[in-house]
Amino acid sequence: MQTKSAHRIYVLPLILLSLCLLGSVAVGSVFIAPGTLLGLFGARLSGKIIPADWQPYAAIVFNLRLPRTALIALTGAALSGSGAAYQGLFRNPLADPYLIGVASGAGLGAVLAMSIQWPYSIWGLLAVPVFSFLTAMVAVLAVYQLARVGKTLPVTNLILAGVAISSFTTALTSYLMISASGELRRALVWLLGGASHTGWQPVLAILPFVILGLGILASLGHALNVMQFGDEQAQQLGLPVNRVRWLVILAASLTTAAAVSFAGIIGFVGLIVPHTVRLIWGGDYRRLLPLSILNGATLLLCADILARLVLAPREVPVGIITALGGAPFFLWVLRRAKQQNFW
Amino acid sequence: MLNVNDVCVSFSNNRILSDINLHVARGEVLGIIGPNGVGKSTLLRAISASIPLERGSVRVMGKDITGLTSNERARLMAVVPQARSLPPAFTGWETVILGRTPHISWLGHVSARDQEIARLAMQRTETLHLADRPICEMSGGEQQRLLLARALCQSAPVLMLDEPTTHLDLKYQYSLLDLVRRLAREDGLTIIITLHDLNLVSRYTDRVALLVNGRIDALDTPARVLNAGLLSRAYQLPLDVISDRHNGQAMIVPALR
Repeated sequence: MQTKSAHRIYVLPLILLSLCLLGSVAVGSVFIAPGTLLGLFGARLSGKIIPADWQPYAAIVFNLRLPRTALIALTGAALSGSGAAYQGLFRNPLADPYLIGVASGAGLGAVLAMSIQWPYSIWGLLAVPVFSFLTAMVAVLAVYQLARVGKTLPVTNLILAGVAISSFTTALTSYLMISASGELRRALVWLLGGASHTGWQPVLAILPFVILGLGILASLGHALNVMQFGDEQAQQLGLPVNRVRWLVILAASLTTAAAVSFAGIIGFVGLIVPHTVRLIWGGDYRRLLPLSILNGATLLLCADILARLVLAPREVPVGIITALGGAPFFLWVLRRAKQQNFW
Repeated sequence: MLNVNDVCVSFSNNRILSDINLHVARGEVLGIIGPNGVGKSTLLRAISASIPLERGSVRVMGKDITGLTSNERARLMAVVPQARSLPPAFTGWETVILGRTPHISWLGHVSARDQEIARLAMQRTETLHLADRPICEMSGGEQQRLLLARALCQSAPVLMLDEPTTHLDLKYQYSLLDLVRRLAREDGLTIIITLHDLNLVSRYTDRVALLVNGRIDALDTPARVLNAGLLSRAYQLPLDVISDRHNGQAMIVPALR
């Protein structure tokens, strides 16, 4: 009956994540054998000169695959962590950054910023996530206000409000993209959730936002546990309810916005991962949040590997893969939520 | 210990509570009775600062509770709400240990002492066997006792219970109220309890407040408040008060022919 203090539960997720990280660097139009990979890492870390026949591999690994892998892992962690937090805050099993319209809201902000400046300058790199964060906040607050009935937030209302806000912001985004010319067309590929950026710049740009946001969320596990009993009981148990609510909304929207800014709109990760974690490891948010973050990175890496393989040598945007897997999962969760026995 | 001074509460220009004055001493059990919808639950929510006061103040040990943080407040007063819409997947243990929230860190690490306090609270409320069971598999009465255990974990000097006997069968009604009385007598808790069953009032409370239309109609010992005239007027139903032939306590029965 005591909470298991063991860190054992993190072992399996960490092993899976390591395998996926390795797989993501190895798999692609050119397959790089694990032995070669380890040799390359060893050489780079120890500062040795890389043999001439490995040189082309080195370029692929260090300039293309590694930054992409890092970006995808951070994105998966961000979306899944914020999904788990939104679910806890709204006490609603279907709160996923994509389904409640936060991701589309963030997308609008990102495109807005891009229409002013494409993100390959310092200002652009900062402006995109900041705009994206602001519109994500507006979207989540709008959805919350629209869906709320008194103090409760019915499952279906949240989704309906999410659809409305999502459609509205997507329409605005499309309008912006069509009315703009030239460079912005590239945003279309980005918006479908393909890691079309290359190099380390986007990774470095997303990193501080994700670390800050996920750091805050990971510390809110106990608070979210208390929040599951409703605002009034949480407050009677000594929780500063308003502060917790704002922290969750700010941090989850920040991580979502960062993910959307650099990897596009990728749906359902924030739904699939926290639910699977909840089924396997239970609903304690002190474990649920870090486990969702870890497994979110793993899942999106898997999806991205798949995206590179299904139509090889061409690539499919990873958002298509997650949607194909996520939509049926969504229906299954909806069915479960209706039965109301687990959530 | 607990002072409620001239408290008024309104919801959208509707006066729910008017000029409530209560003084509850350490170790005292104050019962609150009254017909449905007179504001019994609202009064508890006002005292626990869950809703804003329009006027007046609530003081615990001289401290105005509206000026406290929710953490400081939760160390002074614990509330046992009515068991409704609890998160179904939480186990008994996970629920009870949350009562330590005002005493533990932001991250929620519980010490061995916190666990011991929780275990003791579950023992006293006869809920130890529910530790590993999810809430969704518990009866209303079991949930109610679990919430009492959680409130005891807060180690607060003031305890408020909102209709705690509603879902309980006879045996647990008496064992829960016996425990409530012991908590007042032995642990020196200050207790406010709203009750439906008037026959439990005379047995388990030291003083009773009769609430009618958001005002305190009578505030005195059970023997004085449980008076046929007062009650009949309050409940708009002819009532008789008869005396229990074992211990002389008041029993209230409808005087219907």
